[in-house]
Amino acid sequence: MIELMQIYKNFGEKEVLQDVNLTINRGEIFTFIGPSGTGKSTILRLINLLDFPTRGKIYFDGIDTSQSEKVRLQVRRRMSMVFQKPAALRGDVFHNVAAPLRFRNSTIEETKSRVPEALELVGLEELEHRKAATLSGGEMQRVAIARAIITRPEVLLLDEPTANLDPVSTEKVENLINAINTRFGTTIVLSTHDMVQGQRLAHRMAVVLNRTLGQVGSSREIFYHPMSREVAHMVGVENIIEGFVEANEEGLISIDIDGLRIEAISPIPPRTRVTIYIRPEDVAIGTAEDGKTSVRNEFSGRITRVVPMGPMVRIRVDCGLKMIAVITSRSYDEMGLAQGKDVFLSFKASAIHVMEKKPT
Amino acid sequence: MNEVIEGFVQAFQLIVSLNPEVLEITARSLAISLSATLLASLVAIPLGGLIHFREFGGKKGLITIIQALYALPTVLAGLFVFLLISRSGPFGFMGLMFTPVGMVIGQMVLIVPLLIGMTLIALSGVRKNIQDTIVSLGATEFQTILTIIKEARFAILGGVILGFGRAISEVGAAMIIGGNIRGYTRVLTTAIALETSQGNLPLSIALGIILLFIALIVTTILFTVQER
Repeated sequence: MIELMQIYKNFGEKEVLQDVNLTINRGEIFTFIGPSGTGKSTILRLINLLDFPTRGKIYFDGIDTSQSEKVRLQVRRRMSMVFQKPAALRGDVFHNVAAPLRFRNSTIEETKSRVPEALELVGLEELEHRKAATLSGGEMQRVAIARAIITRPEVLLLDEPTANLDPVSTEKVENLINAINTRFGTTIVLSTHDMVQGQRLAHRMAVVLNRTLGQVGSSREIFYHPMSREVAHMVGVENIIEGFVEANEEGLISIDIDGLRIEAISPIPPRTRVTIYIRPEDVAIGTAEDGKTSVRNEFSGRITRVVPMGPMVRIRVDCGLKMIAVITSRSYDEMGLAQGKDVFLSFKASAIHVMEKKPT
Repeated sequence: MNEVIEGFVQAFQLIVSLNPEVLEITARSLAISLSATLLASLVAIPLGGLIHFREFGGKKGLITIIQALYALPTVLAGLFVFLLISRSGPFGFMGLMFTPVGMVIGQMVLIVPLLIGMTLIALSGVRKNIQDTIVSLGATEFQTILTIIKEARFAILGGVILGFGRAISEVGAAMIIGGNIRGYTRVLTTAIALETSQGNLPLSIALGIILLFIALIVTTILFTVQER
């Protein structure tokens, strides 16, 4: 549906995008995730044909969008974009939602039937005659979505659609995005800095890092098989450790990490330098009273730091390696854990993602 | 002192009794300045839009010149138009000298730069994200410009009202081009200038009060508009 080929974008001297290559398929929800200021909005603006890439080509449904202003307008009219902070035009909600139809010279009858339809979809039909400037952030966001879908676009672009919203509004907007995708088959491209939201919504995602795409894939691939230290770090893999493969017996490898031995599952041959990734949720903690478990990787250590995070607790343990584990507050209390306490750390061989370390 | 008080008393009498000469001068003033403002708006708002939306060499310089012309002395505007339409000027054949039409042209020359400037300020007050939104919603270039002007309409209207205030209160151009002909080109400001010099204070004061009253209305409308 949308193809980005070797896209570069400079703002003056500053390069904001570098060699971005990507294909977005028809009908999917595709998410760009990454920290603020990494170029997510720039990519969406380029797809919406609001800006020109400095270099590279963008194809929409096979059409080269760099041809003429006329072609760009035609293509732009097949999609809609909702900005991070949607702007209200003067006038009431009806006038705002009807704007794209006015630009396309729709008839008055059509406008009169389509506007209530779009407002009903976002659940704001009662606000039709409210002045748009008086809406709350969440309401304006939904009005902007109604304004964007009224033309029944093939592609809906959403830039950080929930960044400025409270949790209740966020849930409403997320449900709406899913509904639009399933009901109309609209291709949805959105950007977010919220990894969990990306995982909740997206069929596929791209991690935007250092002006380019760090990794493209399903959320499962990205969360459990990050292809680089940067991607891993960004998607919340907190245990990133370097080691050396000593042996590989039918896919079960032993890795030496400064004298500690970790077993993992990987086809990587012996005598290879590797980086291993372990999500903190996959690290289990047991006390001495629990006794040894049957898990392959088990180490004794001492809790050096405890940070409560709502229903979860983040625990740093020194067991020769400095590891981070996340457990529920309930188990933390039940086990009677505390800073300075001796514990056992364990993680399954299958929970470890091993990547060959690239020579730098 | 008595003379001044006497002047005020007689001035009120002139206004309250709807003195035909006072009414006629007021009506003419309003007609000429309103026409000038309307025509100037038709020229200045699209021109302002063009300057705002198009990129071209010397744009900054042009804007600076326009801003400098806000303070164009009224007599110079009068002189400029005089040179154009006086009998020996390039448009002398049209016979516009000492006519209300000539005065309208003079006032237009005076306020067009102000109106262009105010349009530019109004349009740059429309945030960039509004323009992005309009383009993104599928507007053509023309629709985009039109919608942005509509977004800025209250600010632009403020500029128009300011222009009207300058037009109706100026005396230089009206005097040079109109010539203050009684019953034909005599307006509030030129009448006040003449009557005062002739010592006819009651009429001057009456016309002055009316002019002040118009200025007051204009300012009130301006504030109301800007609060929207």
